[in-house]
Amino acid sequence: MNIIKTQPKSITTESTKYCPGCGHGIVLRLIGEIIDELGIREKMILTAPVGCAVVLYDYMLCDVVECAHGRAPAVATALKRVHPDKFILVYQGDGDLAAIGTAEIIHAANRGENLSVIFVNNAIYGMTGGQMAPTTLIGQKTTTSPSGRTAKGMGKPIRVCELLTTLEETKYLERTTVHSVRNINKTKAAIKKVFQNQMNGVGFSMVEILSMCPVGWKVSPTESLQFIEEQMISYFPPGVYKDTD
Amino acid sequence: MAENNIGSDSKRVLLKGNEAVGEAAIKAGCQCYFAYPITPQTETPEYLSRRMETENRVFLQAESEVAAINMVFGAAAAGARVMTSSSSPGISLKQEGISYIAGAELPCVIINVVRGGPGLGNIEASQADYFQTTRGGGHGDYRCIALAPNSVQECYDMTMNAFDLADYYRMPVFIQSDGIIGQLVEPFEMHPYKPMFEKLPPKTWALTGCAGRKPNVVRTLYMTPADGLEQLNRKLEQKYKKIQSELRWFENYNCDGADLIIIAYGATSRIAKSAIKKHNGNGKKVGLFRPRTIWPWPDVELVEIAKKNKNVKFLVIEMSMGQMLEDVQLALMDIVLKKDILFYGMGGGWNPTPESIYDKISETLKK
Ligand SMILES: Cc1ncc(C[n+]2csc(CCOP(=O)(O)OP(=O)(O)O)c2C)c(N)n1
Ligand code: SF4
Repeated sequence: MNIIKTQPKSITTESTKYCPGCGHGIVLRLIGEIIDELGIREKMILTAPVGCAVVLYDYMLCDVVECAHGRAPAVATALKRVHPDKFILVYQGDGDLAAIGTAEIIHAANRGENLSVIFVNNAIYGMTGGQMAPTTLIGQKTTTSPSGRTAKGMGKPIRVCELLTTLEETKYLERTTVHSVRNINKTKAAIKKVFQNQMNGVGFSMVEILSMCPVGWKVSPTESLQFIEEQMISYFPPGVYKDTD
Repeated sequence: MAENNIGSDSKRVLLKGNEAVGEAAIKAGCQCYFAYPITPQTETPEYLSRRMETENRVFLQAESEVAAINMVFGAAAAGARVMTSSSSPGISLKQEGISYIAGAELPCVIINVVRGGPGLGNIEASQADYFQTTRGGGHGDYRCIALAPNSVQECYDMTMNAFDLADYYRMPVFIQSDGIIGQLVEPFEMHPYKPMFEKLPPKTWALTGCAGRKPNVVRTLYMTPADGLEQLNRKLEQKYKKIQSELRWFENYNCDGADLIIIAYGATSRIAKSAIKKHNGNGKKVGLFRPRTIWPWPDVELVEIAKKNKNVKFLVIEMSMGQMLEDVQLALMDIVLKKDILFYGMGGGWNPTPESIYDKISETLKK
């Protein structure tokens, strides 16, 4: 038998608590593969966010700190300052990064902290049961925008990559999605780039990943793929927003 | 943590309380300092911005107190000696992070140079953050050790002690000073770092990358009581009980045989002492009981003194509407009538003078 893929060594055999069809699980797998490929498991410290990915320490075999909601970039800043030779990975959801933690991500980016940020944008608050996020689309119904989000009074969804490009100390910004195999492969390449940038001392690098939350969106896993294809990518266009290399 | 002596032997120097705190942190081997400017504590970040740079350590002016305390959380998790400083409104903002630090059992030092409140209040000295500091402050069942200096010397010594206590007990330790003590300039003995303990527990839990060991996890989430949160709460409770039995610092000035005992800490204790010195010799004897730790509170010692002195009255003086007063009432509730525990104080940045305390003493003793 020819083994093409095995489970990454940096990931536990425990099954995740993510819902069926959730994008977080795909991102986790990609991170695991890249950690193995780069051989950095024993050199890294991961910051887990508050959100569905909070228990990342149950899934990953590396040092992990679970941060307060939105504060991972501040925690990671300190980790990197104390251990400049270690690889520090920041993982955040959209409520975590683009609502409660807006100040922390903007200032970590503005200081040009040499960090690798994985930003999982699923346009909703998954963990708390599907409330409106700063990235929720116009017209999208959530438990706290039952008639659909309106620009008036709720504002328009925040495009984080575009926002961060204006900060001159950011070095690499890319948006990808995980709703198809082709895009998953692109996402893997982007994550790898963001990892290698830190290892090469390039500076603040982030990949924003459009990700499915079928349970929060109240659709089937298949429909959630369509939602990204038909609704999300027109407002959040994938692509490289900054590459100063 | 290796002893880190900078400079040679002791020398007498003149510094502000807030600067002495900074120098003590340097001497105690503080590797990282994160803060956000606020009066009346800004001398500490200003002083440390220079000193940390010359020592090649981490100084970072954060974007907010929220970010600063989460940087403290990160540095502590990474195993570094770390400190932050602020004043009342900034400490309120830090409370979520302090709860996480206490829950994750990480060591750190937090300086609160208390100012008038509530709200933006004013920049005058105050002691109105007593409840916030001694009752935990943030959410959940936890405590912080709180040392209360009343001189520049104590700002220096206690800051050094704070690092040791934080590492020894694995928890946040407060230095609770105020606008007067922080701004006070007086000579003090700047001695090398004096460790409190011969050996500190190794930081085997620190995040350093998992080479050659199992991964370390720093967390505070436990989804069910049985999952570990009940256990964590019991463990913390035991730790706090141990500290209560080991760490009750106080000063007894003339309390033996006193007719009146003033109870005050920080700046008010200095002012009270001047008044007492002026008063003694007027026939009646006045003493001062000064808690040097405000958590844990030296209740056992106060009770001992109260038992010895029959008919003694107590006068609690605070720059607040009466917060430590409750700890005094609790300590003495079985042996002293409530009417014999008097209060003199005011909130909003008010401070007593030696004269006003002198008058208060005379009035109380006449009754
Ligand atoms: C200070 C604070 N406020 C609110 C919460 C509740 N909370 C937990 S997760 C979450 C939203 C997370 O959403 P997101 O970052 O988009 O991650 P997802 O679960 O969608 O992956 C909220 C509001 C909290 N834990 N802490
Ligand atoms: S709620 Fe959404 S984001 Fe959370 S695990 Fe389920 S599908 Fe994933």
